Amino acid sequence: MKGMTLIVKKTTQLIAGLVFLYGIYVVLHGHLTPGGGFAGGVIIAGSFILLTLAYGSDFMKLTREETGTTITENLAILTALLIALAGLIFGAGIFFSNWLPAGKAGELISAGVIPLYNIFIGIEVAASILTIFLALIIFKEEITK
Amino acid sequence: MEAAISVILVFMIIGAIFAIHAKDLLSAVITCGIIGYGLVICFLLLRAPDLAIVQIVVETITLVIMVAVVLDSTRREPFSKPDLREYVNISTAVVIIAVIFFFLKMASGSLDEFGKGSLRMAEHYIEGASSKTGSANLVTGVIFDFRGYDTLGEATVLVTAVLGVITILRLKGKK
Repeated sequence: MKGMTLIVKKTTQLIAGLVFLYGIYVVLHGHLTPGGGFAGGVIIAGSFILLTLAYGSDFMKLTREETGTTITENLAILTALLIALAGLIFGAGIFFSNWLPAGKAGELISAGVIPLYNIFIGIEVAASILTIFLALIIFKEEITK
Repeated sequence: MEAAISVILVFMIIGAIFAIHAKDLLSAVITCGIIGYGLVICFLLLRAPDLAIVQIVVETITLVIMVAVVLDSTRREPFSKPDLREYVNISTAVVIIAVIFFFLKMASGSLDEFGKGSLRMAEHYIEGASSKTGSANLVTGVIFDFRGYDTLGEATVLVTAVLGVITILRLKGKK
């Protein structure tokens, strides 16, 4: 897939980092403000999609990249599952038990394991949306080469 | 508020009907965006900002991906003349919709009024979500703590969908 014009490229340079940071903000503040792992993960994937569309897949050298995103996605959901399993060992002996101290409601580090779930679900969603996008864009180019 | 939601719903239905009958695939995809963004406004009117954020982000990304795919493809949709089978299909659909609507109307008489009253379980969630989990956002407290299995299921569905996409779209086999 080819890149776009200079105006689009320059605007993408300025915006993509901000979009990425906003996604991380939404994921980390999921237990305080509206949003969370799903919304933030899709925003993070959106910044990568913006870069790929503006600069084209040749510039990004994205030919084998989809294997990396698949591994990231699988590791993220495995970690979320392991945190849930840790509730069996450290917590009240219940799957998905909240085994970390709850802390004070309204602070950034509070609510026990909920921020951890948010982070790993965010990574998983970002990687899977990006994988679908790259699969639709790149697999077609592999066959034409 | 109900009047505003009704107007938006009418626009969404018009958009859906136009998307089916559009001759160009690109305009059909973009018309589908009306449905998604109309749903965003409905969620905002019903005071559900969590759902609205997820819906607006997913809708935008899906629309971008669909447009990128459609621009790469042929864009023309095959056109066929309506024949007898199509009329049979449409009349069957109308009959089924009428039957479902009739029984839904019968069953909805015994339900609570929309937005009024809550179930016994939901009251416990509303009272305990903040104090038991320590999360200031009640929605996150419910979906990651009380309803953890639900979230795990959603994430698993996403992983399975990606596996399916990669398996189906891979044109060249792995060596």
